[in-house]
Amino acid sequence: MVKIVRKQVLNPSVTLLEVEAPLIAKKARAGQFIILRLDEQGERIPLTIADYDREKGTITIIFQKVGLTTQLLADLNEGDHIQDFVGPLGLPTELPEGAKRVCVVGGGVGCAIAYPQAKTCHAEGIEVDVIAGFRSKDIVILEDEFKAVSDHCYIMTDDGSYGEQGFVTVKLKELIDSGVHYDAVIAIGPIPMMKFVSKTTEPYHIKTIVSLNPIMIDGTGMCGGCRVTVGGKMKFACVDGPDFDGHEVDFDELMNRNAVYRAQEAEEKERHACRMDQLAKEMIQ
Amino acid sequence: MPNMSLKKVPMPEQDPNVRNHNFQEVSLGYTAEMAMEEATRCLNCKHKPCVGGCPVNIRIPEFIAKVAEGDFKAAYEIISDTNALPSVSGRVCPQESQCEARCVRAIKGEPVAIGRLERFVADWYRENINAMPEKPQTNGIKVAVVGSGPASLTCASDLAKHGYEVTIFEAFHTAGGVLVYGIPEFRLPKAIVQNEVNKLSALGVDLETDMVIGKTFDIDEMFEEGYEAVFIGSGAGLPMFMGIEGETLAGVYSANEYLTRINLMKAYREGYDTPLKISGSAAIIGGGNVAMDAARCAKRMGAEHVYVLYRRDEEEMPARKEEVHHAKEEGIEFMLLTNPVRVLDDGTGKVGALECVKMRLTAPDESGRRAPKVVEGSNFKLDVDTVVMSLGTSPNPLIRSTTPGLETNKKGCLQVDEETMATSREGVYAGGDAVTGAATVILAMGAGKKAAASMHEYLMKKHSK
Repeated sequence: MVKIVRKQVLNPSVTLLEVEAPLIAKKARAGQFIILRLDEQGERIPLTIADYDREKGTITIIFQKVGLTTQLLADLNEGDHIQDFVGPLGLPTELPEGAKRVCVVGGGVGCAIAYPQAKTCHAEGIEVDVIAGFRSKDIVILEDEFKAVSDHCYIMTDDGSYGEQGFVTVKLKELIDSGVHYDAVIAIGPIPMMKFVSKTTEPYHIKTIVSLNPIMIDGTGMCGGCRVTVGGKMKFACVDGPDFDGHEVDFDELMNRNAVYRAQEAEEKERHACRMDQLAKEMIQ
Repeated sequence: MPNMSLKKVPMPEQDPNVRNHNFQEVSLGYTAEMAMEEATRCLNCKHKPCVGGCPVNIRIPEFIAKVAEGDFKAAYEIISDTNALPSVSGRVCPQESQCEARCVRAIKGEPVAIGRLERFVADWYRENINAMPEKPQTNGIKVAVVGSGPASLTCASDLAKHGYEVTIFEAFHTAGGVLVYGIPEFRLPKAIVQNEVNKLSALGVDLETDMVIGKTFDIDEMFEEGYEAVFIGSGAGLPMFMGIEGETLAGVYSANEYLTRINLMKAYREGYDTPLKISGSAAIIGGGNVAMDAARCAKRMGAEHVYVLYRRDEEEMPARKEEVHHAKEEGIEFMLLTNPVRVLDDGTGKVGALECVKMRLTAPDESGRRAPKVVEGSNFKLDVDTVVMSLGTSPNPLIRSTTPGLETNKKGCLQVDEETMATSREGVYAGGDAVTGAATVILAMGAGKKAAASMHEYLMKKHSK
């Protein structure tokens, strides 16, 4: 059982929680993830570690409300507990040896996971460019944090309501074409974004690392639910990843596998919202 | 004068067409009268062949004699002297190939129902007495046990009884290993497993859940933290797949995932959040006990047709006869000498059907084994929307890859001295599926027991210096 020590609502659908988990904080490295379960009836869901503080013994997670569990998680407050919190799982991100300059590309809530990547690279003295993409101004997150750990930080919005207008891939291509040399691109965000970032870098042969988020139960290699096809071979994202070479991943298959429970997810979330409405009404009466 | 009936006293069971819609236990167990009657079939042979067939050497004729007398408490004490988990083994042991296979009564007629009697005694004790063991005087020596399946529970129990301060590290949120994530409720009620775990707590065993050894904490750190010996009973967790086209379509599961969703995460129960797709028709690939469990779960989850596909014939099926029999009674459809070659897409990325071929068996080779061969041109389509791969498992590499000096064989199984269960690292012992690859609950229990004995010897020697 872990205690929530800090909560921050980053935008209407994205929440940050910092929890006390000293054993995990001691080992955690950028790219790894945790699995949590809210209570006895809860499901197990994986979330990538957004930050860790070895001295305070805390782990930070940032997540978007997509299904029942993330909805319930967002309803928790400082001082509340999460029943199970397991990690650090998966392999840490490995950059090409001797990398001097990298581009970290984040999309939406994926920026939460892109952030520790930028932070780690920056701390190691690597020159870091960040391209963070959002739908619009009202959901921009972590801008100050990104600026603090990068040499250049570009905020992109689909509708142009903040930063520059356009997709992250437009900016990335522009930078590459302007002659910037990247030893690696780290792309984390919605699957289509990672797919198109990988397509963008492929002709330039730039090593592109993506962080996958398939369906999982145990996170230790046991269920095989997280299997993805990488370079034509079956890999388990929980033990072989979650990072993979973006040029080798079958993104379409991943998208399809991740959609298995979407209808059930939406239904559960809806049911929860109805229950909450009902409770609120009862409290008012 | 012994009871010379050639048949076992039958054990009552739920009606097949009722039980295939619920998750309650299939077999209902003997009443006291049935148990006493069955117990009189035992000849109490001098040479006790049955005991030699038991991996934990339960003094079988002795406990059966007590059952015949109606002294069930004494019977329990005899069993629990050598077996830490009698209500578990009484349910899931393959007695027909162990103790009962050696029973003299089996020469003519059915053997004595040793398993049913063991189960009866354990259940009677739990329901009528259920005294929790007392915590022995501690000897102050810390030992660690990795995993909490049958090997680990047995090892921890024996070590705790010797006075060691035992800590179990479990990766999941619940203790029990395969007993809770793999074997379904209708074969082994989880309350029974929990009761066994409670007994360990009473013995003073500390249980740390959510600890993935090799990730959260590793073996070297255990020694740094003052643990003086470690037992690894981490099981054989990695599921195998066939490597055929379409295996990553939505609706294809490993048996591990399918069973874990249902058993551990309780997807079958109202109020639990873990989702599981309800199947119209499901194909289970494989012929072992796990395949039978998956098939029977699929039926209970509401699938109209559940097929078990096995590439050899029924005779070669590794599943227990009883499990196959129960599955058939429940309406599971067996397609023998059949192998899938491709999972077909329904056009939306989900399983639409399974393309299969018929197989034939060659004449036995020198080792007596008949190899399955494809019957060319026999391809056909089976309409299913769920496919469960139950092809076996291999050991998890998490521990071996983070523990320097731990030797493994080609299959990734930990190498141990078969007499002592000691690994290549001093103070580190191992047993169960992590050593043998997928095997039975009782073999794992036997290994845990053996390891506990040699760990005790090792630690006593170390401390007498």
